[in-house]
Amino acid sequence: MNISVREWFKTGSPWVWMNAGAVAICIIMVIGLLGLIAVRGLSHFWPADVIQGTYTQNGETRSIAGEVVETSEVLTKQLVEAGINISEDKEFSTRHLLKIGNRDVYGSDFTWILEDFFSNQSQPEMLFTAERREWGNLYGYLRTIKESGTEIARHDGNDKSAEYLSLWDNLESRIQRALDIREDILQIEKHEIGSINYELERLRLKERSLQLKNVTEAAPFAEIEQRRKELDDEYEGLQQRLLDLYTEINRDSITAEVANGKVVEIQIAKIVRAFRPNDMSVAQKSLHYIAKIWEFVSDDPREANTEGGIFPAIFGTVMMVMLMSLLVTPFGVVAAVYLREYAKQGFVTRVIRIAVNNLAGVPSIVYGVFGLGFFVYFLGGNIDDLFFPEAKPAPTFGTPGLMWASLTLALLTVPVVIVATEEGLSRIPRAVREGSLALGATKFETLMKVVLPMASPAMMTGVILAIARAAGEVAPLMLVGVVKLAPSLPLDGNYPFIHLDQKFMHLGFHIFDVGFQSPNVEAARPLVYATALLLVAVIALLNMSAIAIRNHLREKYKALEM
Amino acid sequence: MNIENNSVIPDLDFDSPAARRGRKFRAFKDKAATVGIGLGGVSVIIAILLIFFYLLYEVVPMFRAAEVQPWEHNEQIVEPYAVPGSGQTLYMAMEEQAEIGLRVSHLGELIFFSTLTGDLMKTVQAPLPTGTKVTSFALASENSRTFALGLSNGQALAFKHEYKSTYPGGKRVILPSITYPLGEAPIDVAPVSLDQLAFSGDEGNFALIGGTQENMQAVFISQTENLFTGEVELEQSTTALPDLGIKIKKMLMMPDLTWLFVAAENGKMAVVNLRDHDEPVISQVLDASSSKITTFDLLLGGNAILVGNEKGNVSQWFLVRNDQGEWLMTKIREFQTGTTQVKDLAIEHRRKGFATIDTAGDLRIYNTTANDNVLTHKVAQANASMIAMAPRANAVLIEEAGKLSLLHIDNEHPEVSWSALWGKVWYEGHEEPKYIWQSSAANNDFEPKYSLMPLAFGTLKAAFYAMLLATPLAICGAIYTAYFMVPSLRRKVKPFIELMEALPTVILGFLAGLWLAPFMEENLPGIFVTLLMLPAAILGFAFCWAQMPKQIRWLVPDGWDALLLIPVIILATWFSIAISPSLELVLFDGNMRHWLTNDLGIAYDQRNAMVIGIAMGFAVIPTIFSITEDAIFAVPKHLSYGSLALGATPWQTLTRVVMPTASPGIFSAVMIGMGRAVGETMIVLMATGNTPIMDVNIFEGMRTLAANIAVEMPEAEVGSTHYRILFLAAFVLFMFTFVVNTLAEVIRQRLRNKYGSL
Repeated sequence: MNISVREWFKTGSPWVWMNAGAVAICIIMVIGLLGLIAVRGLSHFWPADVIQGTYTQNGETRSIAGEVVETSEVLTKQLVEAGINISEDKEFSTRHLLKIGNRDVYGSDFTWILEDFFSNQSQPEMLFTAERREWGNLYGYLRTIKESGTEIARHDGNDKSAEYLSLWDNLESRIQRALDIREDILQIEKHEIGSINYELERLRLKERSLQLKNVTEAAPFAEIEQRRKELDDEYEGLQQRLLDLYTEINRDSITAEVANGKVVEIQIAKIVRAFRPNDMSVAQKSLHYIAKIWEFVSDDPREANTEGGIFPAIFGTVMMVMLMSLLVTPFGVVAAVYLREYAKQGFVTRVIRIAVNNLAGVPSIVYGVFGLGFFVYFLGGNIDDLFFPEAKPAPTFGTPGLMWASLTLALLTVPVVIVATEEGLSRIPRAVREGSLALGATKFETLMKVVLPMASPAMMTGVILAIARAAGEVAPLMLVGVVKLAPSLPLDGNYPFIHLDQKFMHLGFHIFDVGFQSPNVEAARPLVYATALLLVAVIALLNMSAIAIRNHLREKYKALEM
Repeated sequence: MNIENNSVIPDLDFDSPAARRGRKFRAFKDKAATVGIGLGGVSVIIAILLIFFYLLYEVVPMFRAAEVQPWEHNEQIVEPYAVPGSGQTLYMAMEEQAEIGLRVSHLGELIFFSTLTGDLMKTVQAPLPTGTKVTSFALASENSRTFALGLSNGQALAFKHEYKSTYPGGKRVILPSITYPLGEAPIDVAPVSLDQLAFSGDEGNFALIGGTQENMQAVFISQTENLFTGEVELEQSTTALPDLGIKIKKMLMMPDLTWLFVAAENGKMAVVNLRDHDEPVISQVLDASSSKITTFDLLLGGNAILVGNEKGNVSQWFLVRNDQGEWLMTKIREFQTGTTQVKDLAIEHRRKGFATIDTAGDLRIYNTTANDNVLTHKVAQANASMIAMAPRANAVLIEEAGKLSLLHIDNEHPEVSWSALWGKVWYEGHEEPKYIWQSSAANNDFEPKYSLMPLAFGTLKAAFYAMLLATPLAICGAIYTAYFMVPSLRRKVKPFIELMEALPTVILGFLAGLWLAPFMEENLPGIFVTLLMLPAAILGFAFCWAQMPKQIRWLVPDGWDALLLIPVIILATWFSIAISPSLELVLFDGNMRHWLTNDLGIAYDQRNAMVIGIAMGFAVIPTIFSITEDAIFAVPKHLSYGSLALGATPWQTLTRVVMPTASPGIFSAVMIGMGRAVGETMIVLMATGNTPIMDVNIFEGMRTLAANIAVEMPEAEVGSTHYRILFLAAFVLFMFTFVVNTLAEVIRQRLRNKYGSL
């Protein structure tokens, strides 16, 4: 059946198709976005092959090794304009962004190379990658292993040979040893010395508070002095042990030859892991991949947040969200119950309902400003004056921190909980309530035993939506408590265990900070994608469960509605 | 049938004491719960509403007028006291705490006194050569605390008053002293008596200009410290000034020693260019006042001049560069004043403000940037002669008929006025009045520029471009989803798009800034081709589909078309991006960005409004989509069935029946989307350059109110004007979104009622 263009337009179906196109575009955008984050975030952990070759540009020849990060086409003309000696036969040239690592040797981690100038490409099996605690990755060939400065093993070839492999095994066992010692050091530094310092600080505050109260007796001061002495002694002992451990860990070092022929020496203590990506089977790579992902979610960040894990950020986010939901649930539910069950329905409640509804649409930064002004400076300042005069002039609660962040976000999300709970309450048929009242229950009993249990899925929906919103919110947190690097977690073994006054790290802020304020954005970018993926996953999960609960609830009470 | 009833009526007593107690307890519990829930509910609601009042509470002090009252010390009013020391007052100043005053008399006495009681604390006699008198006085600047006295023998002496706080026994004691920045030996300026004197300079470079009407000499002094001995050496050069042709009343020199401004009594002003120290040039002689000039002072920073006259007018002047690159003295603004002669004028030490006292005894305080008269108060009888301002601008000292009175001034935020926030302001050093936001700078005498216009403009610009993308996509998408899509697909598509709403904006911002912005820069032609290509591809495919034989078309039932389009759109987009480099090569000589900037003169930032439009549009789509979809879906089915039954096509039914009914809902969806776009912070923070410029150009960035708060709030000093202005920005955002959302909500409720009646 043929139809002319005119007729076709007359039926209006082109416009329907355009509308269909709009939906399709929306769907493609969402999937594309999620796909982009997932691909970029997940591919980072896969041990990429390292290529080596000779690069000749404008007569200069050098040997390069590295991972290909990005490939793009560039106009040959532009290259010529930039002073690169290249024939203009082809309009476009291919160039790769190569991660060459060895920042201590080359000065930067990345370099652009033109494919046409890159020759003798190979993937040497014995080329190894070492992730280091500073200066980023190292790519090179193992040369010697040294113990306390004296060489104990050496191999000079670049080919896979038994000698090289034994040298490699030697290195691996030494890395493991260094990692074990490091764990001990961390245990002492972070936990044991950390808690001593914490107690010393508490003693100082106690002393100051006694002075402020004009206590003149010597006994309490002597007690503090006594305890301080004990702690100092303990500290001395730990310090000594630390020194020993540090000599132990710094015993071994290796030398490696990097692509340009230079031999560098690195301490094994500085190596996080070393592997030979070109010599790994798919299974080995998979194991490596899983280990890297585990490191990502469970480890502390390294190198100004551009390497390592994001555990403190995950922990901070979860902690803040939990505190927030503890605050928001009772308040939101009570307000909703009041509005729906107790308040006299009329003009005032209608206005309040609209106001509450609209507060959900007020920009989050406004809540941040409010939180900073009211909670931090006003409330926090007053709390400090009343309860923590001994710590002055250093603020305790008069500075952004975990508690204020949770409270601000609770305020931000309370409209969500109120609206959702109210909706749930309004869905409960009158008959159910009246039945309960007719059987002699009081209003409160009806509420507790009948109404609230029936409305509980709605409340859950509200709380989950609130959590999902809170987990992704960054703008207000920037004002009331997140930092790029928190020295310790807000939950630890030191009394009072939860430190509500501490600043914390947050996934969303981590993305902002690492992506935009990091000195080495190129190196940090994959981690940002991975962090974003994690955040999206958490939030999508929360939202999907909210939607599932909502649907379940609707099904459940469909019968009652008739 | 025989039913044996062997049940026993239980012996129940509903009125036993225990049951009564139980009932009482339950009734009590119920009451308590009612009260508790009532209290809880009300307090939560109050807490929410607190936001509004707290923001207001922080904002209001900015708009409060200044106040003046007598200074109180230990709850005792400080009464006027006799002027300490002798002689006529040439100059008065106060130290930081306004506890110690300095009075310079024409006898060459520098008298420190307590401002509370007038008691003398210390008197320093200037080391005048014997037989000379003080003939003139020149102030370098209030905040440098340096001044010079001109002598009758043609020499001059420079002084600096300094204060040191000590705390013997926990009590603050301030010790005043006088130092000599150019040494204690008088400096030769001119061979005649120094009837007039101008003095300025800092950091080792000073200049003194003095003499009589006929013989005016300029001395430039540079101090160098000998690195080995630590001795200060002075190097001097002297030049004669050309004849100005006016009767000199007062002279002022800019701190960088490049310009001299001379006021004549008859209202003329001469501008002398001193850039070439050997050859001063008169660059301008102009009428500065219609009547006799009575005061002539440099504003803080030394770039602007305040001229007060006999009729009581005060005007501000500074040098403005014209098109030819010449600096011309220009009258910037005139202040609202009284009608009686301006007697004396005191400059604020840290803000662009000043105070005047006139012959009627009225004290007036102004801010130049805000062009605002913040205070007018009668403080003296007719014969007040001199006024001095404390460094913190919290006190003034007024001399009146041999008596001094100390007044307390409460003037926290003079730089804020409606015109300063929302109007064009002519800032120092700019060619014309402009809207500028620049809240801080490295130097102290900086003029803060608090125009909210660029920020409000940026906010609306970002929202506009976001809505440009989001509105058509979201509304068309919603129409299709609600009206044409098969229900089974709709149940999946709707939550999916709604899920986008929960996507943290920090992720969108990060992708926009780090991925989309460079991508768009590289494939600029491709992006524009995509815009054209997509509708063309959709229509083309649809037309071809319509030509297909029925057997094929019927494979895909109605309402699944959107899925068919997905590959088409992906292909079209891919194609557009793929041909981008070739297109760029053919049309724009390989670099569209270059072409835009050089051939069209359009500036291009990598992080621009187009990136924002896409990223923020993405964030608003779900909001608009969800509400629009609800509104269209809620239109009663019998309306559309009726229309279809009468022979209308589905499209006709949609546009003539469904859309008009749902239009208020769609409107409210757009409003709510707009509210979200206006308040969005992270995306604009990350994907614009955050430069507060006013330009509609889609290829340039902007700074929005929300992003500005996020950037500057952590650095704003609590309680300062900057801090409160940021609160004002938050309040503006709050009110804007609140009003927009309320409007949308009211419309939505109307709509709901309307459907109820259908």
